Amino acid sequence: MLDRQGLHLRAALFASIRDFFSSRGFLEVDTPLRQPVIIPESNIVPLAAEGQYLQTSPELCMKRILAAGCDKIFQLCPCFRKGERGRYHLEEFTMLEWYRLHADYRHLMDDCEFLLAEVAFGMAKDGAGTGPGGEDGGGGRFDLARPWPRLSVDDAFRRYSPLSLERSMADDCFEEMLVEHVEPKLGFVKPLFLYDYPVEMASLARKKPGDPNWAERFELYLHGVELANGYSELTDAGEQRQRFARELTRIEAMGGSHGGMPERFLADLERLPAAAGIALGVDRLFMLLAGYGEIGRAVPFGPDDF
Amino acid sequence: MYTASDLRKGLKVQIDGNPYIIIDFEFSKPGKGQALYRCKMRNMISGNQLVQTYRSVDKFEKADLEERKMQYLYNQEDEYHFMDTDNYEQLFITRDHLGDNVNFLIDNMEVEVLFFNGKAIDVSLPIFVNLVVTQADPWAKGDTSGTDTKPVTVETGYVLQVPPFVEEGDRIQIDTRTGAYVTRVKE
Repeated sequence: MLDRQGLHLRAALFASIRDFFSSRGFLEVDTPLRQPVIIPESNIVPLAAEGQYLQTSPELCMKRILAAGCDKIFQLCPCFRKGERGRYHLEEFTMLEWYRLHADYRHLMDDCEFLLAEVAFGMAKDGAGTGPGGEDGGGGRFDLARPWPRLSVDDAFRRYSPLSLERSMADDCFEEMLVEHVEPKLGFVKPLFLYDYPVEMASLARKKPGDPNWAERFELYLHGVELANGYSELTDAGEQRQRFARELTRIEAMGGSHGGMPERFLADLERLPAAAGIALGVDRLFMLLAGYGEIGRAVPFGPDDF
Repeated sequence: MYTASDLRKGLKVQIDGNPYIIIDFEFSKPGKGQALYRCKMRNMISGNQLVQTYRSVDKFEKADLEERKMQYLYNQEDEYHFMDTDNYEQLFITRDHLGDNVNFLIDNMEVEVLFFNGKAIDVSLPIFVNLVVTQADPWAKGDTSGTDTKPVTVETGYVLQVPPFVEEGDRIQIDTRTGAYVTRVKE
Protein backbone atom coordinates (compact mmCIF):
# COMPACT_ATOMS: atom_id res chain seq x y z
CA MET A 1 0.00 0.00 0.00
CA LEU A 2 1.28 3.45 -0.82
CA ASP A 3 2.08 5.58 2.20
CA ARG A 4 0.91 9.17 2.57
CA GLN A 5 3.94 10.56 0.79
CA GLY A 6 3.54 8.03 -2.03
CA LEU A 7 -0.09 9.03 -2.48
CA HIS A 8 0.90 12.70 -2.64
CA LEU A 9 3.59 11.99 -5.23
CA ARG A 10 1.22 9.92 -7.32
CA ALA A 11 -1.42 12.65 -7.18
CA ALA A 12 1.25 15.15 -8.25
CA LEU A 13 2.10 12.97 -11.25
CA PHE A 14 -1.55 12.70 -12.28
CA ALA A 15 -2.04 16.45 -11.87
CA SER A 16 1.02 17.35 -13.92
CA ILE A 17 0.00 14.93 -16.68
CA ARG A 18 -3.39 16.67 -16.87
CA ASP A 19 -1.73 20.10 -16.79
CA PHE A 20 0.62 19.09 -19.57
CA PHE A 21 -2.14 18.05 -21.94
CA SER A 22 -4.67 20.74 -21.01
CA SER A 23 -2.11 23.48 -21.53
CA ARG A 24 -1.43 22.09 -25.01
CA GLY A 25 -5.05 22.11 -26.06
CA PHE A 26 -5.81 18.40 -25.57
CA LEU A 27 -9.34 17.49 -24.58
CA GLU A 28 -9.67 15.04 -21.69
CA VAL A 29 -12.17 12.31 -22.54
CA ASP A 30 -13.62 9.40 -20.56
CA THR A 31 -14.83 6.30 -22.33
CA PRO A 32 -16.57 3.23 -20.82
CA LEU A 33 -14.40 0.72 -18.99
CA ARG A 34 -16.81 -2.07 -19.89
CA GLN A 35 -17.58 -2.66 -23.54
CA PRO A 36 -19.31 -5.37 -25.55
CA VAL A 37 -16.68 -5.27 -28.31
CA ILE A 38 -12.96 -4.90 -27.71
CA ILE A 39 -9.80 -4.89 -29.79
CA PRO A 40 -9.18 -8.41 -31.11
CA GLU A 41 -5.60 -9.13 -30.04
CA SER A 42 -4.58 -12.74 -29.54
CA ASN A 43 -1.75 -11.85 -27.17
CA ILE A 44 -3.96 -9.90 -24.80
CA VAL A 45 -6.62 -11.75 -22.82
CA PRO A 46 -9.53 -9.61 -21.58
CA LEU A 47 -11.36 -9.98 -18.28
CA ALA A 48 -15.02 -10.87 -18.84
CA ALA A 49 -17.69 -8.77 -17.11
CA GLU A 50 -21.31 -9.85 -17.30
CA GLY A 51 -21.34 -10.75 -20.97
CA GLN A 52 -19.06 -7.86 -21.86
CA TYR A 53 -15.38 -7.11 -21.34
CA LEU A 54 -13.30 -4.77 -19.26
CA GLN A 55 -11.26 -2.71 -21.67
CA THR A 56 -7.71 -3.80 -22.43
CA SER A 57 -7.12 -0.27 -23.75
CA PRO A 58 -9.39 2.71 -24.55
CA GLU A 59 -8.01 2.79 -28.10
CA LEU A 60 -11.14 1.96 -30.12
CA CYS A 61 -13.39 4.48 -28.38
CA MET A 62 -10.73 7.18 -28.49
CA LYS A 63 -10.18 6.75 -32.22
CA ARG A 64 -13.93 6.99 -32.77
CA ILE A 65 -13.88 10.34 -30.93
CA LEU A 66 -10.94 11.35 -33.10
CA ALA A 67 -12.87 10.36 -36.23
CA ALA A 68 -15.73 12.57 -35.01
CA GLY A 69 -13.41 15.54 -35.39
CA CYS A 70 -11.68 16.15 -32.05
CA ASP A 71 -8.10 16.75 -33.05
CA LYS A 72 -6.22 16.29 -29.77
CA ILE A 73 -7.52 14.07 -26.97
CA PHE A 74 -6.15 12.29 -23.93
CA GLN A 75 -7.38 9.93 -21.23
CA LEU A 76 -6.13 8.55 -17.93
CA CYS A 77 -7.95 5.33 -17.10
CA PRO A 78 -7.69 1.80 -15.72
CA CYS A 79 -7.12 -1.07 -18.14
CA PHE A 80 -7.38 -4.78 -17.48
CA ARG A 81 -5.42 -7.68 -18.92
CA LYS A 82 -5.99 -11.15 -17.62
CA GLY A 83 -3.08 -13.18 -16.30
CA GLU A 84 -0.49 -10.42 -16.54
CA ARG A 85 1.28 -10.37 -13.22
CA GLY A 86 4.96 -9.78 -12.65
CA ARG A 87 7.48 -7.25 -11.52
CA TYR A 88 6.26 -4.81 -14.17
CA HIS A 89 2.75 -6.16 -14.75
CA LEU A 90 -0.57 -5.88 -12.97
CA GLU A 91 -3.88 -7.24 -14.19
CA GLU A 92 -5.36 -3.79 -13.51
CA PHE A 93 -3.17 -0.82 -14.31
CA THR A 94 -3.46 2.85 -15.20
CA MET A 95 -3.01 3.84 -18.80
CA LEU A 96 -2.42 7.26 -20.30
CA GLU A 97 -3.41 7.45 -23.95
CA TRP A 98 -3.24 10.45 -26.23
CA TYR A 99 -4.07 10.95 -29.89
CA ARG A 100 -3.36 13.61 -32.48
CA LEU A 101 -4.99 14.18 -35.86
CA HIS A 102 -2.73 15.09 -38.80
CA ALA A 103 0.32 13.67 -37.05
CA ASP A 104 2.59 10.63 -37.22
CA TYR A 105 4.66 8.67 -34.72
CA ARG A 106 7.48 11.22 -34.70
CA HIS A 107 5.16 13.86 -33.20
CA LEU A 108 4.41 11.42 -30.39
CA MET A 109 8.11 10.90 -29.68
CA ASP A 110 8.44 14.67 -29.31
CA ASP A 111 5.42 14.68 -26.97
CA CYS A 112 7.08 12.00 -24.82
CA GLU A 113 10.26 14.04 -24.46
CA PHE A 114 8.38 17.12 -23.28
CA LEU A 115 5.90 15.19 -21.14
CA LEU A 116 8.41 13.23 -19.08
CA ALA A 117 10.59 16.25 -18.40
CA GLU A 118 7.57 18.18 -17.21
CA VAL A 119 6.00 15.49 -15.00
CA ALA A 120 9.35 14.59 -13.43
CA PHE A 121 9.78 18.27 -12.57
CA GLY A 122 6.22 18.37 -11.21
CA MET A 123 6.90 15.43 -8.93
CA ALA A 124 10.21 16.85 -7.76
CA LYS A 125 8.44 20.08 -6.77
CA ASP A 126 5.92 18.10 -4.80
CA GLY A 127 8.20 16.55 -2.28
CA ALA A 128 10.45 14.14 -4.09
CA GLY A 129 13.75 14.15 -2.30
CA THR A 130 12.76 11.72 0.36
CA GLY A 131 11.08 9.15 -1.86
CA PRO A 132 11.80 5.45 -1.60
CA GLY A 133 14.19 5.70 -4.53
CA GLY A 134 16.73 7.50 -2.40
CA GLU A 135 17.81 11.04 -1.84
CA ASP A 136 16.76 12.31 -5.21
CA GLY A 137 13.43 10.52 -5.16
CA GLY A 138 14.46 8.39 -8.13
CA GLY A 139 13.83 11.00 -10.79
CA GLY A 140 17.35 12.34 -10.50
CA ARG A 141 18.81 9.06 -11.68
CA PHE A 142 17.63 9.82 -15.18
CA ASP A 143 18.73 12.41 -17.67
CA LEU A 144 15.52 13.48 -19.35
CA ALA A 145 17.00 16.34 -21.37
CA ARG A 146 15.97 16.01 -24.99
CA PRO A 147 16.69 14.77 -27.57
CA TRP A 148 16.59 11.10 -26.56
CA PRO A 149 18.33 8.40 -28.59
CA ARG A 150 16.26 6.63 -31.27
CA LEU A 151 17.19 3.11 -32.33
CA SER A 152 15.43 1.02 -34.97
CA VAL A 153 14.38 -2.51 -33.99
CA ASP A 154 16.57 -3.86 -36.77
CA ASP A 155 19.64 -2.00 -35.49
CA ALA A 156 18.88 -2.92 -31.89
CA PHE A 157 18.89 -6.62 -32.80
CA ARG A 158 22.09 -6.17 -34.76
CA ARG A 159 23.68 -4.50 -31.77
CA TYR A 160 22.44 -6.61 -28.86
CA SER A 161 20.83 -9.86 -29.98
CA PRO A 162 22.75 -13.04 -30.82
CA LEU A 163 20.21 -13.61 -33.63
CA SER A 164 19.38 -11.00 -36.25
CA LEU A 165 15.85 -9.65 -36.39
CA GLU A 166 15.19 -11.55 -39.62
CA ARG A 167 16.40 -14.79 -38.10
CA SER A 168 14.49 -14.24 -34.85
CA MET A 169 11.29 -13.72 -36.82
CA ALA A 170 11.93 -16.81 -38.96
CA ASP A 171 12.69 -18.93 -35.89
CA ASP A 172 9.73 -17.56 -33.96
CA CYS A 173 11.80 -16.26 -31.07
CA PHE A 174 11.42 -12.49 -31.48
CA GLU A 175 10.01 -12.02 -27.96
CA GLU A 176 12.68 -14.21 -26.34
CA MET A 177 15.53 -12.30 -28.01
CA LEU A 178 13.92 -8.95 -27.25
CA VAL A 179 13.29 -9.69 -23.59
CA GLU A 180 16.56 -11.46 -22.83
CA HIS A 181 19.06 -9.55 -24.93
CA VAL A 182 17.71 -6.25 -26.21
CA GLU A 183 15.40 -4.72 -23.58
CA PRO A 184 17.93 -5.00 -20.71
CA LYS A 185 20.19 -2.63 -22.69
CA LEU A 186 17.64 0.08 -23.45
CA GLY A 187 17.04 3.44 -21.85
CA PHE A 188 19.67 3.68 -19.16
CA VAL A 189 20.30 7.23 -17.98
CA LYS A 190 18.44 8.67 -20.98
CA PRO A 191 15.16 7.20 -22.22
CA LEU A 192 15.28 5.54 -25.65
CA PHE A 193 12.85 5.10 -28.51
CA LEU A 194 12.88 1.69 -30.19
CA TYR A 195 11.17 2.24 -33.54
CA ASP A 196 10.04 0.65 -36.82
CA TYR A 197 8.70 -2.81 -36.05
CA PRO A 198 8.28 -5.66 -38.51
CA VAL A 199 4.85 -5.26 -40.10
CA GLU A 200 3.77 -8.60 -38.56
CA MET A 201 3.78 -6.76 -35.23
CA ALA A 202 1.82 -3.79 -36.45
CA SER A 203 -1.63 -4.62 -35.12
CA LEU A 204 -3.21 -1.17 -35.46
CA ALA A 205 -0.20 0.72 -36.84
CA ARG A 206 0.21 1.85 -40.40
CA LYS A 207 2.89 0.55 -42.74
CA LYS A 208 5.83 2.79 -43.44
CA PRO A 209 5.05 4.72 -46.63
CA GLY A 210 7.32 3.32 -49.32
CA ASP A 211 8.53 0.36 -47.24
CA PRO A 212 5.65 -2.02 -46.42
CA ASN A 213 7.85 -4.45 -44.48
CA TRP A 214 7.89 -2.08 -41.56
CA ALA A 215 5.25 -0.52 -39.34
CA GLU A 216 5.50 3.04 -38.02
CA ARG A 217 5.44 1.94 -34.42
CA PHE A 218 7.74 2.68 -31.49
CA GLU A 219 8.18 1.80 -27.88
CA LEU A 220 9.65 4.06 -25.24
CA TYR A 221 12.13 2.46 -22.83
CA LEU A 222 13.44 3.79 -19.57
CA HIS A 223 15.80 1.79 -17.40
CA GLY A 224 15.13 -1.38 -19.44
CA VAL A 225 11.39 -1.03 -18.83
CA GLU A 226 8.91 -0.55 -21.66
CA LEU A 227 6.90 2.55 -20.84
CA ALA A 228 4.86 3.37 -23.90
CA ASN A 229 3.79 2.05 -27.27
CA GLY A 230 2.90 4.54 -29.99
CA TYR A 231 2.26 4.51 -33.69
CA SER A 232 1.02 6.22 -36.77
CA GLU A 233 -2.53 4.94 -36.95
CA LEU A 234 -3.66 2.53 -39.61
CA THR A 235 -6.59 4.37 -41.22
CA ASP A 236 -7.28 1.87 -43.99
CA ALA A 237 -10.45 0.20 -42.72
CA GLY A 238 -10.15 -2.69 -45.19
CA GLU A 239 -6.64 -3.57 -44.05
CA GLN A 240 -7.63 -3.16 -40.41
CA ARG A 241 -10.53 -5.57 -40.93
CA GLN A 242 -8.17 -8.18 -42.38
CA ARG A 243 -5.81 -7.83 -39.43
CA PHE A 244 -8.67 -8.13 -36.94
CA ALA A 245 -10.02 -11.18 -38.79
CA ARG A 246 -6.62 -12.84 -38.49
CA GLU A 247 -6.52 -12.10 -34.77
CA LEU A 248 -10.06 -13.39 -34.24
CA THR A 249 -9.10 -16.66 -35.93
CA ARG A 250 -6.09 -16.96 -33.65
CA ILE A 251 -8.16 -16.23 -30.54
CA GLU A 252 -10.65 -18.92 -31.54
CA ALA A 253 -7.86 -21.40 -32.24
CA MET A 254 -6.58 -20.77 -28.72
CA GLY A 255 -10.05 -21.34 -27.28
CA GLY A 256 -10.38 -17.72 -26.15
CA SER A 257 -13.50 -15.58 -26.17
CA HIS A 258 -14.03 -12.30 -28.00
CA GLY A 259 -16.69 -9.73 -28.72
CA GLY A 260 -16.56 -10.18 -32.49
CA MET A 261 -15.51 -7.77 -35.23
CA PRO A 262 -15.57 -4.12 -34.03
CA GLU A 263 -17.92 -3.02 -36.83
CA ARG A 264 -18.82 0.44 -35.49
CA PHE A 265 -15.14 1.19 -35.02
CA LEU A 266 -14.32 0.08 -38.57
CA ALA A 267 -17.14 2.24 -39.93
CA ASP A 268 -15.77 5.28 -38.08
CA LEU A 269 -12.24 4.44 -39.21
CA GLU A 270 -13.35 5.18 -42.78
CA ARG A 271 -13.65 8.83 -41.76
CA LEU A 272 -10.38 9.05 -39.83
CA PRO A 273 -7.71 11.25 -41.43
CA ALA A 274 -4.01 10.67 -40.73
CA ALA A 275 -3.51 10.35 -37.00
CA ALA A 276 -1.17 9.05 -34.36
CA GLY A 277 -1.74 7.68 -30.88
CA ILE A 278 0.14 6.29 -27.94
CA ALA A 279 -0.46 4.36 -24.71
CA LEU A 280 1.80 4.93 -21.72
CA GLY A 281 1.84 2.84 -18.54
CA VAL A 282 1.44 5.39 -15.76
CA ASP A 283 2.13 2.98 -12.88
CA ARG A 284 5.42 1.98 -14.47
CA LEU A 285 6.37 5.61 -15.03
CA PHE A 286 5.55 6.39 -11.41
CA MET A 287 7.46 3.31 -10.26
CA LEU A 288 10.58 4.48 -12.10
CA LEU A 289 10.40 8.18 -11.25
CA ALA A 290 9.64 7.60 -7.58
CA GLY A 291 12.04 4.69 -7.30
CA TYR A 292 9.74 1.83 -6.34
CA GLY A 293 11.37 -1.42 -7.42
CA GLU A 294 8.21 -3.11 -8.63
CA ILE A 295 4.87 -2.01 -10.00
CA GLY A 296 2.85 -3.67 -7.23
CA ARG A 297 4.37 -1.23 -4.74
CA ALA A 298 3.75 1.86 -6.92
CA VAL A 299 -0.06 1.67 -6.85
CA PRO A 300 -2.29 2.68 -3.92
CA PHE A 301 -3.32 -0.95 -3.43
CA GLY A 302 -1.25 -3.76 -4.94
CA PRO A 303 -2.14 -7.46 -5.19
CA ASP A 304 -0.34 -8.12 -1.90
CA ASP A 305 -2.48 -5.57 -0.03
CA PHE A 306 -5.59 -7.74 0.14
CA MET B 1 -0.94 -30.73 -15.66
CA TYR B 2 0.15 -27.18 -15.05
CA THR B 3 0.02 -24.45 -17.68
CA ALA B 4 2.55 -21.65 -17.94
CA SER B 5 0.23 -19.31 -16.06
CA ASP B 6 0.50 -21.58 -12.98
CA LEU B 7 4.27 -21.12 -12.83
CA ARG B 8 5.53 -19.34 -9.74
CA LYS B 9 8.34 -19.44 -7.24
CA GLY B 10 8.26 -22.65 -5.21
CA LEU B 11 6.19 -24.68 -7.70
CA LYS B 12 7.45 -28.20 -8.39
CA VAL B 13 7.19 -29.61 -11.88
CA GLN B 14 8.46 -32.63 -13.74
CA ILE B 15 10.65 -32.15 -16.80
CA ASP B 16 12.21 -35.04 -18.73
CA GLY B 17 11.45 -37.37 -15.86
CA ASN B 18 13.11 -35.21 -13.21
CA PRO B 19 11.54 -33.16 -10.43
CA TYR B 20 12.37 -29.46 -10.53
CA ILE B 21 11.58 -26.71 -8.10
CA ILE B 22 11.22 -23.15 -9.43
CA ILE B 23 13.56 -20.94 -7.43
CA ASP B 24 13.15 -17.73 -9.38
CA PHE B 25 10.38 -16.60 -11.67
CA GLU B 26 9.77 -13.61 -13.89
CA PHE B 27 6.78 -12.77 -16.06
CA SER B 28 7.41 -10.56 -19.06
CA LYS B 29 5.45 -9.50 -22.06
CA PRO B 30 6.88 -7.21 -24.70
CA GLY B 31 4.27 -4.78 -26.04
CA LYS B 32 1.84 -6.49 -28.42
CA GLY B 33 3.90 -9.67 -28.08
CA GLN B 34 3.50 -13.02 -26.42
CA ALA B 35 3.80 -13.52 -22.69
CA LEU B 36 7.04 -15.12 -21.56
CA TYR B 37 7.56 -17.01 -18.33
CA ARG B 38 11.21 -17.13 -17.36
CA CYS B 39 12.04 -19.73 -14.73
CA LYS B 40 15.17 -20.56 -12.85
CA MET B 41 14.82 -24.12 -11.65
CA ARG B 42 16.73 -26.59 -9.53
CA ASN B 43 16.77 -30.29 -10.23
CA MET B 44 15.66 -31.74 -6.90
CA ILE B 45 17.79 -34.86 -7.32
CA SER B 46 21.05 -33.63 -8.85
CA GLY B 47 20.88 -30.06 -7.57
CA ASN B 48 21.74 -28.75 -11.04
CA GLN B 49 20.16 -25.44 -11.96
CA LEU B 50 18.76 -24.36 -15.26
CA VAL B 51 17.08 -21.30 -16.73
CA GLN B 52 14.23 -21.77 -19.20
CA THR B 53 11.78 -19.42 -20.85
CA TYR B 54 8.28 -20.71 -21.55
CA ARG B 55 5.24 -19.42 -23.43
CA SER B 56 1.55 -19.51 -22.54
CA VAL B 57 0.96 -22.67 -24.58
CA ASP B 58 3.55 -24.73 -22.68
CA LYS B 59 2.31 -27.38 -20.28
CA PHE B 60 4.00 -29.11 -17.37
CA GLU B 61 3.52 -32.38 -15.55
CA LYS B 62 3.17 -32.19 -11.82
CA ALA B 63 6.08 -33.75 -10.00
CA ASP B 64 4.83 -36.77 -8.05
CA LEU B 65 6.35 -35.75 -4.73
CA GLU B 66 5.43 -36.88 -1.25
CA GLU B 67 6.92 -35.90 2.08
CA ARG B 68 6.82 -38.45 4.88
CA LYS B 69 7.79 -38.16 8.53
CA MET B 70 10.35 -40.83 9.33
CA GLN B 71 12.58 -41.81 12.18
CA TYR B 72 16.26 -42.58 11.74
CA LEU B 73 17.04 -46.03 13.17
CA TYR B 74 20.64 -47.05 12.50
CA ASN B 75 23.21 -47.42 9.79
CA GLN B 76 24.82 -50.54 8.43
CA GLU B 77 27.94 -49.33 6.67
CA ASP B 78 26.67 -47.10 3.86
CA GLU B 79 22.99 -47.93 4.32
CA TYR B 80 21.06 -45.61 6.60
CA HIS B 81 17.79 -47.12 7.79
CA PHE B 82 14.64 -45.10 8.43
CA MET B 83 11.13 -46.00 9.61
CA ASP B 84 7.86 -44.34 8.61
CA THR B 85 6.33 -43.24 11.90
CA ASP B 86 2.79 -43.70 10.57
CA ASN B 87 2.89 -47.19 9.10
CA TYR B 88 6.24 -48.49 10.47
CA GLU B 89 7.47 -49.23 6.96
CA GLN B 90 11.27 -49.33 6.83
CA LEU B 91 13.71 -48.34 4.12
CA PHE B 92 17.31 -47.33 3.72
CA ILE B 93 19.02 -44.45 1.97
CA THR B 94 22.64 -44.64 0.92
CA ARG B 95 25.33 -42.46 2.37
CA ASP B 96 25.97 -40.87 -1.03
CA HIS B 97 22.39 -39.71 -1.18
CA LEU B 98 22.43 -38.29 2.31
CA GLY B 99 25.55 -36.24 1.75
CA ASP B 100 26.44 -33.97 4.67
CA ASN B 101 23.26 -34.96 6.50
CA VAL B 102 25.06 -38.03 7.88
CA ASN B 103 27.04 -35.68 10.11
CA PHE B 104 23.95 -34.86 12.12
CA LEU B 105 21.90 -38.07 12.21
CA ILE B 106 21.48 -39.67 15.62
CA ASP B 107 19.33 -42.66 16.53
CA ASN B 108 15.60 -41.96 16.76
CA MET B 109 15.89 -38.52 15.16
CA GLU B 110 12.70 -37.44 13.35
CA VAL B 111 13.26 -36.27 9.79
CA GLU B 112 11.20 -35.45 6.68
CA VAL B 113 11.93 -37.72 3.74
CA LEU B 114 10.99 -36.53 0.28
CA PHE B 115 9.86 -39.15 -2.23
CA PHE B 116 9.71 -38.73 -6.00
CA ASN B 117 7.78 -41.44 -7.84
CA GLY B 118 8.04 -43.55 -4.69
CA LYS B 119 11.81 -43.19 -4.38
CA ALA B 120 13.44 -41.31 -1.52
CA ILE B 121 15.41 -38.38 -2.95
CA ASP B 122 16.01 -36.05 -0.04
CA VAL B 123 16.02 -35.88 3.72
CA SER B 124 15.33 -32.67 5.64
CA LEU B 125 16.74 -32.54 9.12
CA PRO B 126 15.64 -30.22 11.89
CA ILE B 127 17.51 -26.91 11.46
CA PHE B 128 19.15 -27.29 14.86
CA VAL B 129 20.38 -30.54 16.40
CA ASN B 130 22.01 -31.14 19.79
CA LEU B 131 24.99 -33.50 19.74
CA VAL B 132 27.36 -34.72 22.47
CA VAL B 133 31.04 -33.84 22.23
CA THR B 134 32.97 -37.11 22.35
CA GLN B 135 36.48 -35.77 21.99
CA ALA B 136 37.93 -32.38 22.83
CA ASP B 137 41.31 -31.12 23.88
CA PRO B 138 41.22 -29.45 27.28
CA TRP B 139 41.14 -25.70 27.34
CA ALA B 140 44.64 -24.52 28.15
CA LYS B 141 43.84 -21.62 30.42
CA GLY B 142 46.12 -18.72 29.86
CA ASP B 143 46.63 -19.78 26.27
CA THR B 144 47.16 -16.46 24.61
CA SER B 145 48.12 -17.82 21.20
CA GLY B 146 45.24 -15.86 19.81
CA THR B 147 43.10 -18.69 18.42
CA ASP B 148 39.58 -18.38 19.73
CA THR B 149 38.29 -21.74 18.50
CA LYS B 150 39.38 -25.35 18.71
CA PRO B 151 38.30 -28.54 16.90
CA VAL B 152 36.08 -31.10 18.64
CA THR B 153 34.50 -34.38 17.54
CA VAL B 154 30.80 -35.08 18.19
CA GLU B 155 29.00 -38.40 18.59
CA THR B 156 28.39 -38.81 14.85
CA GLY B 157 32.12 -38.50 14.15
CA TYR B 158 31.70 -35.00 12.71
CA VAL B 159 34.50 -32.56 13.50
CA LEU B 160 33.83 -28.84 13.87
CA GLN B 161 35.31 -25.67 15.33
CA VAL B 162 33.93 -24.51 18.69
CA PRO B 163 34.88 -21.94 21.36
CA PRO B 164 37.66 -23.15 23.65
CA PHE B 165 35.43 -23.56 26.74
CA VAL B 166 33.54 -26.51 25.21
CA GLU B 167 34.57 -29.76 26.88
CA GLU B 168 34.23 -33.47 26.34
CA GLY B 169 30.76 -34.63 27.41
CA ASP B 170 29.14 -31.24 26.69
CA ARG B 171 26.06 -31.11 24.51
CA ILE B 172 26.25 -28.50 21.77
CA GLN B 173 23.74 -27.13 19.29
CA ILE B 174 24.69 -27.23 15.60
CA ASP B 175 23.00 -25.53 12.64
CA THR B 176 22.46 -28.35 10.11
CA ARG B 177 22.29 -25.89 7.18
CA THR B 178 25.84 -24.67 7.73
CA GLY B 179 27.30 -27.33 10.00
CA ALA B 180 28.43 -24.58 12.37
CA TYR B 181 28.44 -24.44 16.16
CA VAL B 182 25.59 -22.38 17.65
CA THR B 183 25.74 -22.70 21.44
CA ARG B 184 26.48 -24.98 24.35
CA VAL B 185 23.30 -26.59 25.66
CA LYS B 186 22.64 -26.66 29.40
CA GLU B 187 21.46 -30.05 30.60
